[in-house]
Amino acid sequence: MTVAIPAAQRMDVERYGVMTLIRQLETEAERQYKLARIGGYCHLSSGQEAITVAAAQALQHEDLLVTGYRCHGFALARGVSPEAVMAELFGRSSGCAHGRGGSMHLLDASRGFYGGWGIVAGQLPIATGLALALVRQGRPQAVLCELGDGAVNMGAWHESLNLAALWQLPVVFLVINNEYGMGTSVERASAEPELWRRAESYRMHGERVDGNDLEAAVEACERLLTRARDERKPAVLEALTYRYRGHSVADAGTAYRTKDEVAAHQTQDPLVRTRARLIESGVAASELEALDREAAERVAAAVAFAEADPEPDVSELAAGVYAPGSADQFERMRPGSPLGELDLVFEGGLGE
Amino acid sequence: MTATAPHAQPLAVEVMTYREALRLALREEMQRDPRVFVMGEEVGVFDGAYKVTAGLLEEFGPDRVRDTPISEEGFVGAGVGAAMLGERPVVEIMTLNFLLVAMDQVVNHAAKIGAMFGGQVRCPMVIRTPNGAGNQLTAQHSQSFDQYFAHVPGLKVVAPSNPADAKGLLKAAIRDDDPVLFIENLRIYTEKGPVPLDSESVVPLGRARIARSGSDLTIVTHSYATVRALHVAERLAESHGFNVEVVDLRSLRPLDMETVAASVAKTNHALCIEEGWPTYGVTAELAARIQHACFDDLDAPVERLGMAEVPLPYSKPLETAALPNEDRIEQAIVGMLS
Repeated sequence: MTVAIPAAQRMDVERYGVMTLIRQLETEAERQYKLARIGGYCHLSSGQEAITVAAAQALQHEDLLVTGYRCHGFALARGVSPEAVMAELFGRSSGCAHGRGGSMHLLDASRGFYGGWGIVAGQLPIATGLALALVRQGRPQAVLCELGDGAVNMGAWHESLNLAALWQLPVVFLVINNEYGMGTSVERASAEPELWRRAESYRMHGERVDGNDLEAAVEACERLLTRARDERKPAVLEALTYRYRGHSVADAGTAYRTKDEVAAHQTQDPLVRTRARLIESGVAASELEALDREAAERVAAAVAFAEADPEPDVSELAAGVYAPGSADQFERMRPGSPLGELDLVFEGGLGE
Repeated sequence: MTATAPHAQPLAVEVMTYREALRLALREEMQRDPRVFVMGEEVGVFDGAYKVTAGLLEEFGPDRVRDTPISEEGFVGAGVGAAMLGERPVVEIMTLNFLLVAMDQVVNHAAKIGAMFGGQVRCPMVIRTPNGAGNQLTAQHSQSFDQYFAHVPGLKVVAPSNPADAKGLLKAAIRDDDPVLFIENLRIYTEKGPVPLDSESVVPLGRARIARSGSDLTIVTHSYATVRALHVAERLAESHGFNVEVVDLRSLRPLDMETVAASVAKTNHALCIEEGWPTYGVTAELAARIQHACFDDLDAPVERLGMAEVPLPYSKPLETAALPNEDRIEQAIVGMLS
C-alpha cells in the first residue's frame, strides 16, 4: 500500500529515527558501563526521548542549547554523531569533549551545544548569560535551557528566571519532569508541584505539555522558541515524562517506586506511541523497523569506533585549562612547585 | 618596572586615587572594545557602592553599565554565559564576602570551561570586588578570601596594592581570555599615586614587583598588606637600620615565584604577610614554595603573619589587634633579625 505521507509526518518519521537511536545507544551505554568500559556517573534518559528530540530539533541552526547532565539524548538530537558520543563515554580522544567530559559533559560548540553541566541548576545562570549575549550582539536566535524537576528548588532557578524576565531575554527553560529528582518525587520536593506555575511569579509565560506526545511536544517547543526569537520573551515549558532506569546506572531505581509504576508508564512509552501514530497515518511499519535496525547498526559502529579510538595523550593533560598566551604568565611560577607539577602541567601545554 | 610601553618615550603620568585609576581603566577599555560591559549591584544609577563606576552609566548607557538585582549567583553566571559567546563582562561584586553565594559559578563553572571545551569556548570575564578589614565591618564583611579562588586551576587572581597597578592590571585582566578575579581593597581606594595615562600601558599578569629594595629580609605580600609592609620597612630603616625588601606579588595565580626566590636568595630571610587567615592561606602556599626553592638560602624558618584566626569582632581595639597591623609586622621582623 502506498499512501502520500504529509511533510509533518515525514519529519516525525525522522524524529522517530533519532528517538530509537537514543534509546538503543543508551541501552548499549548501560551494557558497556557494566563491562567497566564506561566510568564515572552515567545518567540515562530512556523514556524521555520524545521531548528530547522535539526540543533539540525545534532549535534553528544558530540557536543555542544548554542542558544538565542527563544529556546523551540532547547531544544526539542536536546532531553530535553517535561515534563522538560513544567515544566520549569511553573517554577517548575523538569524543565530543575530547575525553575531558564523559557522560555528564557532552558538548559541541560548533552545533551551539554549550554543554551538559553537572551541578543541578548551575546551567541556568549560564543560559541566561548566553541569551543576554545574543541580545547584546543583536542576534535573532534563542537559547533552550534544559533542566530536571529537581533543579526548580535551587536558588539559581529563581535568580535566572527573575533575570530573564526582568531583562526580557530569549531563553526557554525546559523542565523535564520525570517525576523524580534522584529518588525524591516531585510531590515530596516541591511545595508547588505544578512546576510550570512557578513562571507566574516572574510574570513569565509558563505551560505544561505531555512530553511523551511527540506532536504536542514539537508544537510547544517550536512555538515557545519562535516567541523567544521574535518577541524576546522567556518562557517555562514543563514536559511531563518518566525515566525507566534509575537516577544513574548505579541506581536500580527500585527503592522509591514500584515495578508496577514503571510498567504503567511503559504503556505510555514515547517510541511506542510515536510508532503507533505514524503507522495509523500511513507510514509503513517496515520503514520504522528499518530505522530501528539502522540505529542498531549505528550504535554498533559507534562502539567499534570508540574501542579503536586512542586515549587522550598524557602530554596534553593541561591543554585548554588556560587560554593561549598564558604560558608566559605562568612561566615564573615554576620554583617550588609541587612534585609532578612541572612535568604534568607545565610540560603539558599550559596556556600554549 | 610598573608598566610596559610600546614605545620608548617617557609615559605621561597623573597622580590619582586607586579608585580613580580603576575607573580610568574601565573607561579606556570600554572605549576600546565594545564587547566590554559592566554589570553588578548599584553600578549604574547609584554610581557604584564604592563609586568605582561613577559616571560610566552616563557615558556608556544602561546596556553597558547594567544594574542587577541582588542576585550574585544569577548575574555572575550570566557573566559566564555572556563571556562564552565572546562578550567581555566585568562583573562587580560589592565585596568579596558576597562572592561566596556565587562560588559555584566561579569555581565549578567559569574555571572549568577552557579545559572542558578544549579551547572551543573560553570564558573571558573579570570579577572585580574589594576585600579586606579595618573599618569595623565585623565578622561577615571583613574577610580576605583570596586563597579560596587562587586555589583553583582555570582561574586567575590578581590583587593590586597601588593606583598604577590598579589601572594596569585591570586593563590586563579585561584583555585576558580567561576568567580573572580582580581583588581590590576597601582601604586602598583613597590611596593616591602616579598612574600612567597611556591607554595601551598594561601590567602583565604573573609579574611581581619589588616595591622596596633591601638586603636583610624579604617581605612577600600583596594587596593592602603591601602598604602596611612598606610603612614598617621605612620605620625599621630609621629605628634599627634594617634594610627590608618588599615583594608585592600583584598576581596570586599565576604566581611569580622567580622574583620571590631571587629576593630570598639575596636576603636569606622570608616573612610572608596576608590580610586573611594564614592557615591554609596564601602565606602557607608561599612558605611551602620558598622552603623548597630557597632551601639552601634560608638563615631562618620562613615566617607567616595574617589576621588572627577568629571571626573579626566589632570593637576597635579587638579588630586592630586581630589584623596584621604595623606593630605586629615590626615585632615579627625584629624577632627574625635579632
